[in-house]
Amino acid sequence: MSESVIRVQNLSKRYHLGASRRRHDTLRDQLADAFLSPFRQPKRNRRRNHSDAQPNVLWALKDVSFEVKRGEVVGIIGRNGAGKTTLLKVLSRITEPTKGRAEIRGRVGSLLEVGTGFHRELTGRENIFLNGAILGMKRAEIAYKFDEIVAFSEVEKLLDTPMKHYSTGMYVRLAFAVAAHLDPEILLVDEVLAVGDAAFQKKCLGKMGEVARRGRTVLFVSHNLGQIKRLCSRGLWLSEGMCLCDAPVDDAVVAYQSSLAKSWSSPATSTVDAAKAEPGFISWGIVSSPGVESHVIHQDGPFTLKILLRIEKPVRRGYHRLLLRTADGTDVADWSLGNLSLSRGIYEILYDLPGLPVHPGIYRWFVTLWDGGKKVDLKHLYPELIVATQEYSGPKGIINMPCDIHIKALPERNR
Amino acid sequence: MPLTQHATSENPPTNDESLPLASDAPLIVIEPSRGWVPIRLRELWEYRELLYFLTWRDIKVRYKQTVLGAAWAIIQPFFTMVVFSLFFGSLANMPSDGIPYPIFSYAALVPWTFFAHGLSQSSNSLVGSANLIRKVYFPRLVVPIASVVSGVVDFVLAFVVLLGMMLYFGIVPTANVIWLPLLLLLSFVTAMGVGLWLSAMNVQFRDVRYAVPFLTQFWLFATPIAYSSSLLPQPWRTLYGLNPMVGVVEGFRWALLGTETAPGPVIIVSALVAVGLMVSGAFYFRRVEKTFADVV
Repeated sequence: MSESVIRVQNLSKRYHLGASRRRHDTLRDQLADAFLSPFRQPKRNRRRNHSDAQPNVLWALKDVSFEVKRGEVVGIIGRNGAGKTTLLKVLSRITEPTKGRAEIRGRVGSLLEVGTGFHRELTGRENIFLNGAILGMKRAEIAYKFDEIVAFSEVEKLLDTPMKHYSTGMYVRLAFAVAAHLDPEILLVDEVLAVGDAAFQKKCLGKMGEVARRGRTVLFVSHNLGQIKRLCSRGLWLSEGMCLCDAPVDDAVVAYQSSLAKSWSSPATSTVDAAKAEPGFISWGIVSSPGVESHVIHQDGPFTLKILLRIEKPVRRGYHRLLLRTADGTDVADWSLGNLSLSRGIYEILYDLPGLPVHPGIYRWFVTLWDGGKKVDLKHLYPELIVATQEYSGPKGIINMPCDIHIKALPERNR
Repeated sequence: MPLTQHATSENPPTNDESLPLASDAPLIVIEPSRGWVPIRLRELWEYRELLYFLTWRDIKVRYKQTVLGAAWAIIQPFFTMVVFSLFFGSLANMPSDGIPYPIFSYAALVPWTFFAHGLSQSSNSLVGSANLIRKVYFPRLVVPIASVVSGVVDFVLAFVVLLGMMLYFGIVPTANVIWLPLLLLLSFVTAMGVGLWLSAMNVQFRDVRYAVPFLTQFWLFATPIAYSSSLLPQPWRTLYGLNPMVGVVEGFRWALLGTETAPGPVIIVSALVAVGLMVSGAFYFRRVEKTFADVV
């Protein structure tokens, strides 16, 4: 049994939303308060309590407590806005908690983003050093790993070119190459793998697995439950700032998925008042039988996807497109519809699909509507699509289909 | 609902071979802070390499994609000197302590430019590094410090021109030049002090960005650059030292050009004010620092 390297006790973080989020409206107040505050703690506290009751206060973390032992790889799962990134931000000391306490023993490296601090005017070589230093590496350490980083990034040829001439892909490669060579005792990783092409992602995952195997402690946030299952031993499920489940990773993922399935099996789209909604795409649902919609696909076979669209200004040369994306951003499917002429009103777009042979997991619909060259709306639809069908094939590849495999010996003369 | 409580280990921490990271690793405690917080100079020292890299980045990037490049470091004080010489020197016949007016004003403009740039760069430094502040932890003080330090290169370039001008006017520097580094330090401390206050305020009140050009302009005329502080009788001249740049500018002239403005009480007043500004600035900065990532 090894010791705890992270101990989190009742950690809470409050954010103020909207315009009145500041306690002080003017610079003068702020200055006065800065000087006088030691003499008037009671008043400040009263004001604070007052603000708690206001609706524009959001608790991004609420009484989160857990411990992580050395060498554990913990996956943090939860929906958007559940507090996953906030937790990592607090643990990496980017922002302070409002309440509670956390203790961390060891050198912490956090990757909330790759390529932080890259400067477009500097060359790749220079940026490796700059970015490395920003992530907390020592100069000697970067110099030592330099060749390895360059090899990993596959951008040797452009090493002495300013990064403004890099393509997005190259930029990301270099960024990740530096990040992947960060070797702290405790690594906090936010959804950074959601970038780059599939092959490169695989390479990065391999690198991360390697880090984990070497006995480093890792906290890993991802929407990709497959990745979480593959890399982590333990799962932490956050919902609305609270830690709902802290268990072996498979249990945590199942708990999370079943909660999603439950909350979204109920009639979903009807809860949105289409008439009051913003223009553009309003909501979506899977229509299984009349009147029942959900955001979960439970079975193989045909289903209908329904998307509600509200048009404010008439569209003359409309072009609509629907992309199905994995949680880490890879496009799975792409459908489009052109030459649309839509007047003001609410529309229902129905997609009849013979089935969706993809691996179980979380997916997103990305929808766009253009009028001529002008954008009408473009967004990811929420909530995410949950595919909770049976898994037929291994985790590699995109398609998941049942397949009968036969093997038999052929007669001699057919050879 | 599977609400599993993670079991806490009853075993005391062990230190066997399988744990290469012994418990001597630093313990980081994360807690909400209240009121004034210590500056933590030791941590700042641990991040000196980051300071170096940020300074280096500022220097490398500053004149990228400009035609004249680093010549700008010279052009700015030099042409200000030309304008001052025309208007104040020739037209207004401003007294210049018996020194040719061009070099009289340029010797003041060199440290002034360093100060004014440091001030404006550092004021905008935190907002300009918002992406870093939101995504990475490091002592935030590094950012404004790096932006002031990076101005030293410009200072050196402008200073070389100053030496050239002294040669041209046949002025031999006095032995007091050994005090120049301290005078430069004084202007650094002043720029740093104001920069810390303004950069921290700028995170929350973007008014600062618009106020800074005004501030430097007023400050320029409140400093004896176009004129000499010998215009003021005592004790007002000592009081004038409340503006720390008075001590710096008159010190530069005294050390390089041998003017009569020996920095006695003036420089003491200036130094006290500058240090006061920097220390208070650092504490104010640290106090509001915790909100940076959420507000910037």
